Amino acid sequence: MSLTTPQFPSDDKRWKIVNGTMRKNGFARHALIETLHTVQSSFGYLDDDSIRFVARSLRVPLSQAYGVVTFYHYFSLKPPGKHTCTICTGTACYIKGSDKLLAAAEQQLHIAQGETTPDGEISLMTARCVGACGRAPVMLADGELHGLVSSDEMMAQLERWAFV
Amino acid sequence: MTIEELEQVAESVRRENAKFEHEINVCMGTGCLSQHSDQLKDALAAEVAKQGKNAMVRRTGCMGLCAAGPLVLVDPREILYQHVKTENAAAVAASLGAEPVAKLQCNLRDHFDQQVHIVLENSGHIDPEKIDDYIAREGYKALLTVLTEMTPSGVIHRITESGLRGRGGGGYPTGLKWSTVAKAKGDVKYVICNGDEGDPGAFMDRSVLESDPQRVVEGMAIAAYAVGASKGFVYVRAEYPLAVSRLTAAIRDARRRGLLGNDICGTPFNFDVEIRLGAGAFVCGEETALIASIEGKRGTPKPRPPYPAVSGLWGKPTLINNVETFANIAPIIRNGGRWFASIGSERSKGTKVFALTGKITNTGLVEVPMGIKLREIIEVIGGGVPGGHKFKAVQTGGPSGGCIPEELLDLGVSYDALLKIGSIMGSGGMIVMDDTSCMVNVARFFVEFCKTESCGKCIPCRAGTAQMYTLLTRICDGTGTMHDLELLEDLCVTVKEASLCGLGQTAPNPVLSTLKYFRNEYMEHIVHKRCRAGVCNMQVPAEVPA
Repeated sequence: MSLTTPQFPSDDKRWKIVNGTMRKNGFARHALIETLHTVQSSFGYLDDDSIRFVARSLRVPLSQAYGVVTFYHYFSLKPPGKHTCTICTGTACYIKGSDKLLAAAEQQLHIAQGETTPDGEISLMTARCVGACGRAPVMLADGELHGLVSSDEMMAQLERWAFV
Repeated sequence: MTIEELEQVAESVRRENAKFEHEINVCMGTGCLSQHSDQLKDALAAEVAKQGKNAMVRRTGCMGLCAAGPLVLVDPREILYQHVKTENAAAVAASLGAEPVAKLQCNLRDHFDQQVHIVLENSGHIDPEKIDDYIAREGYKALLTVLTEMTPSGVIHRITESGLRGRGGGGYPTGLKWSTVAKAKGDVKYVICNGDEGDPGAFMDRSVLESDPQRVVEGMAIAAYAVGASKGFVYVRAEYPLAVSRLTAAIRDARRRGLLGNDICGTPFNFDVEIRLGAGAFVCGEETALIASIEGKRGTPKPRPPYPAVSGLWGKPTLINNVETFANIAPIIRNGGRWFASIGSERSKGTKVFALTGKITNTGLVEVPMGIKLREIIEVIGGGVPGGHKFKAVQTGGPSGGCIPEELLDLGVSYDALLKIGSIMGSGGMIVMDDTSCMVNVARFFVEFCKTESCGKCIPCRAGTAQMYTLLTRICDGTGTMHDLELLEDLCVTVKEASLCGLGQTAPNPVLSTLKYFRNEYMEHIVHKRCRAGVCNMQVPAEVPA
């Protein structure tokens, strides 16, 4: 049986990377999560078009694909801001006062966790433990890990982003 | 690759290393890397060249003492430096063959002397991205011995003899699990390594994967031979990018050396490993949920039986073990089951790696023999609570575990002892709390975690944790009543007994254990509207005692 891959949603070259992941897994249904990872790392988030494309390519019902996307916290349906500040809310960080960091960041940016500032500059996210508990509290600034973060350090980082 | 060839590789690495008078090991685990230990390594290499020292500078995995990073270990004199900055590179290089740099020296004899390293024996000594470094420290010797000299049942016998129990938290005897999978009928079987370290506050598996990934691959290959599997998966959290990249490199190198793939070591044994990325769901640490996730589905658990050992991944017999369990396999094969069984306590053998964090001086990774007293871990190895604060509790087992008060600190650490006092061993997170932590708030923190992470499949867990959270929030707010407390206790029992999987069954543990040992704090919140740690924001003014 020959399988024809559905048309790419656009002529963006990144779809080829996504297709590559699916091809590597023989377009098997179990490659769904792997493929969604590739989409998210290539595009930054998952939009309707990409979920449809992946579901159709892997012959997975759209409902199932959407179910998987919304089940796992790692997948995001919203485009991220230009910069992302992720505050770890694992146990060690909680004991070391990450809730205060988060509250301060929310106040500073006027957004709640999981949101992006209206100008699309900064997203404020939380993580369930990044495994750097020895250096709690921990913040990820655009993916780069900062340990033993003070509220002032975090504010300084947010301000640097806001004025660049 | 044969044993002789393996020995040749090891010999050539040793010869190469012997050319150098000194070895400078720079920790490049996640903790130290966040403080730019990569730049430090480059600076050290440049200084060594500039000063014409006969030394090699090596990247290594985690050395354990994350709080004191970046760490540098200078061999053969075993001098450990802490908080080393790039500008200290010249001084460190100059000290080779001379007096150590006193102001950087880390003198924590107590911290290291009490530890026994089996799982972490290579951490801090080898470059995790060089397979030859691993081979030089007896790596893959166990696998090749097993393939050429032992029968699968002989391997299982040795593991059973060692008394090794699952290090993921449950403590199921590993030998028994292996023999069940080996006996299960099926032409295709799978081996899965559970690296979905979801417990917040635990990072043992991350560290093992980052520091010594080959050891996990070797353990999986031995397991596959023993149970008759030819395909393995490592399920790792996507939140651990460094672990994923080092493991990917490890698998690639093992394939190149012919230690994974077809006809390994000239025998008919085939085995290959693939990585699967988790996507941020705590419940996927549960084995049936993890299997669903590898199949590309939502990670919801299934009722057991059938156990994965009989019907697991794609309905085939599947062996699932934790990262740390697999990391113990090669040393057991090399040194014998009796050697392993001689370490530890009566029913818990060997060592356990703990992630010691929270309000404690020496935060980081420690490996201790089972049966060691909690007090020793916290006061001697951990260096006690800093800042003149008073120890209040230690939390083990993550959201499924409990809080242990001061009076129980003389307890020896074992699966059974921890279970008896309402906590669990768990995967190895150990979080110390002092008098600035409110135990009611801590219980609420864990219940909030379980509420968010509940997969929603069964009602007791989905609705129960949500209700528990509401009740605990009321108590923390100062609006709770004695009736709320009664309801909470009642609900804990229901959720514990009626939930489908481990997540729900253990979700009430943090509440039950704090209620058992810190009931007075609950009463203060409810009756006096007071939070002694000053953590909770009371909506109702505190009663002033007359």
